[in-house]
Amino acid sequence: MPVSQTLPAPARLFLSGNDAVARAVWEAGTRVAAAYPGTPSTEIVEVLSRYLDLYTEWSINEKVALEVALGASMVGARAFCAMKHVGLNVASDALMTMTVTGTEGGLVIAVADDVGMSSSQNEQDSRYWGRFAHVPVLEPSDSQEAYSMTLAAFELSERFRVPVILRLTTRICHVKGLVQTGSRIEVEPAGFVKDPRHWVMVPGNAKPRLPKMLERDAALRAETEVSPLNEVIEGSDRRIGFVTSGAAFMHVRDAFPDAPVFKLGLSCPAPIERLRAFAASVDALLVVEETEPLIETELKAAGIACHGKDVLPRLHELVPDVLKPAVARLQGEVVEPPEHVAAQQVFPRPPTMCVACPHLGVYYTLSQMRNIIISGDIGCYTLGAGHPWNALDTCISMGASMGTALGMDKGRGAADANKKIVAVIGDSTFMHMGMQGLLDITWNRGNVTVLLLDNRAVGMTGGQDNPGTGRDIHGEERSRVDFAQLCEALGVRRERIHVVDPYQLPVLFKTIREETKIEEPSVIITNRPCVLIDDYKPTQPYMVQEDRCTGCGNCVEVGCPAIHVTRRDKVVKASGKEVDLSFVRIETSACTGCGLCVQPCAPEAIQHAAPVQTLQFIRK
Amino acid sequence: MSQITNILVCGVGGQGVMTATEILAEAAISLGFDVKKTEVAGMSQRGGVVTSQLRFGKEIRSPQIGPGEADLLVAFESAEALRWSHMLKPGGVALVNTGCIVPPVVNLGLFPYPEDPVDKMRALGLTVHAFDATSIALGLGNIRLGNTVMLGASSDLLPFPAGVLRDAVLARFGARKPQLVEANREAFEAGRKAVAGEAVAA
Repeated sequence: MPVSQTLPAPARLFLSGNDAVARAVWEAGTRVAAAYPGTPSTEIVEVLSRYLDLYTEWSINEKVALEVALGASMVGARAFCAMKHVGLNVASDALMTMTVTGTEGGLVIAVADDVGMSSSQNEQDSRYWGRFAHVPVLEPSDSQEAYSMTLAAFELSERFRVPVILRLTTRICHVKGLVQTGSRIEVEPAGFVKDPRHWVMVPGNAKPRLPKMLERDAALRAETEVSPLNEVIEGSDRRIGFVTSGAAFMHVRDAFPDAPVFKLGLSCPAPIERLRAFAASVDALLVVEETEPLIETELKAAGIACHGKDVLPRLHELVPDVLKPAVARLQGEVVEPPEHVAAQQVFPRPPTMCVACPHLGVYYTLSQMRNIIISGDIGCYTLGAGHPWNALDTCISMGASMGTALGMDKGRGAADANKKIVAVIGDSTFMHMGMQGLLDITWNRGNVTVLLLDNRAVGMTGGQDNPGTGRDIHGEERSRVDFAQLCEALGVRRERIHVVDPYQLPVLFKTIREETKIEEPSVIITNRPCVLIDDYKPTQPYMVQEDRCTGCGNCVEVGCPAIHVTRRDKVVKASGKEVDLSFVRIETSACTGCGLCVQPCAPEAIQHAAPVQTLQFIRK
Repeated sequence: MSQITNILVCGVGGQGVMTATEILAEAAISLGFDVKKTEVAGMSQRGGVVTSQLRFGKEIRSPQIGPGEADLLVAFESAEALRWSHMLKPGGVALVNTGCIVPPVVNLGLFPYPEDPVDKMRALGLTVHAFDATSIALGLGNIRLGNTVMLGASSDLLPFPAGVLRDAVLARFGARKPQLVEANREAFEAGRKAVAGEAVAA
């Protein structure tokens, strides 16, 4: 959890990039901030929610968050929204038009790219959106700059009446450094000016605005040539001059402290003429950018010779130990990597579902079913693709489980004729982008069984609230979605909607089996909360009675991390078949007594243990 | 120690790796160092691998430590210690909790848990201080004291006095719950003693 800094007084604070952006958004006098949680951007608005002199919200998705921010900007307020890289794809429809209308109150969009892919489905370079949408892009390279460039972004936005993208990466968002902060200023909104020609983007009104957008582009190109956000750091070793931005700037400075560096702070539009002059001052130019060869291509198009992805990797972070050998090769030298012992082969430790997670029962049940195709989605429950369940066949993007399942149903041939198609989606993902897909399924009568895993939280990002929890960003009571009614409204027949306790395995199994047999859309809603949020109440833990355990290993198949194998054995049955046995114990200190493992245990070897202090190894 | 101190803290999600690194950072900040801290912990509470990196010195640019660059490896789990061994520079020191956290893939029989990871590390020529921090924490009544035990153990391996780190530990945990101060003070000293004893025995 990031530190909360509600100190009004300026101070030198140890802040992550996300904390620093939040602090600056608050100081800038922003009135509205909106986001949908997404790693690595989540903490920005989470931290902002603790500053009570501005409005914050968790929005349904990133497009709505951006629209909320635009609305605030329209009435002259400073506005902010945050999202992860894939979120900007969702928000792009709104972005591409608000770049035509322009903005009033300063509007800053923080977009956090997951360079290195710590927890995302792709590694896209959001700097492209700056070019595509004709908006400036700022690229801070550490927490101090995340702070100062956020303030600069509001200024720039208001000077040019344009939304500004603050491009962050994981290594900015989640790195802590020291930041000199200031005080909040109050900015009074000018008020909404009725002007349909400005705000109503029908063709007749939009067409005259397009030339204005091009005029703005030209003004921004002039600005970037003089902006102090772009700067040259002089160096004594002029064999290679580096052009770089963001986190890569720090890696370059670390690896080549004596080299001249052109640091792009306002990287879109790129300051081509200043870069041309810089190129002339060094023997060779190397563009170090994460991840795509974007500046490199723009330089080459302007006739400026440079190296880039010909020597550097196209993917992942450009850290010093990646840069050093690449630059050495460019200079015809060999650099020996630092001396160290060889990397040791150790088992993989993929993330897994928590002890007693309500999704365990769902994936255990699905793993026991045959002839089934499981269309997955984005969230904790994507972990169902892993061991021991292996119960997920697709995962594309937020809400895509619905459309993908429908497409499989409609497109299937004889080979899949007898297969049951199941879509799995979480509560928050369902509201983010899943509802529309379900409507498509019902409207087009797709033979899809939807498992709506309602754990009453945006579980993956830390349990944020959503309309299904009945609480807002501050934990205040709000309207609460009734998923059964919502699904009915979206066209699922009442008889085909079931609410099931995911810890009751026989009921869950029976419901899924029956609904997958019926050839019309159905929804099975599971109704137990995430174990990481306050709503979850642990009960008396279980233990294994060793004299009763037959080593069948059924409980291990449930996948609860509290179950440990203590001894393995092999027996040969009368039929000659060899069977592996796994004798187990339960980490009583971690067990919360959910009772899932009890149900597949035929010899009833799992019994309640005496209460002990919960060790909370896995749980918060 | 070099002008810049690089510390890699590793373990498993939920063990307190990130909090421990945060406290190490606070200690370094209190001495006026420039400090950067980063982690790979996208799945921090879901039993995945967690590493946290801390760099401090006069001026820190890149937040990242490369292979063969860590002065100190603080491992909260023994297989994780082995996994991250290559990050140590020659002459660096590994501090290892011999406690094990066995993941589901090992319980399923898909992969073996390495036999005696500490022994393997020593065979590679590394300097390893190993002790059972998990048992010490349990002995003190709460497994969550494990990260304070580890910090206590690391306190004599840092380029500043142990008292600076102890103050940072007590400030962090005491600020939340004053009754935790004594337990953490005990845990910190238990960690220090365990390493001193281990170093003599080794």
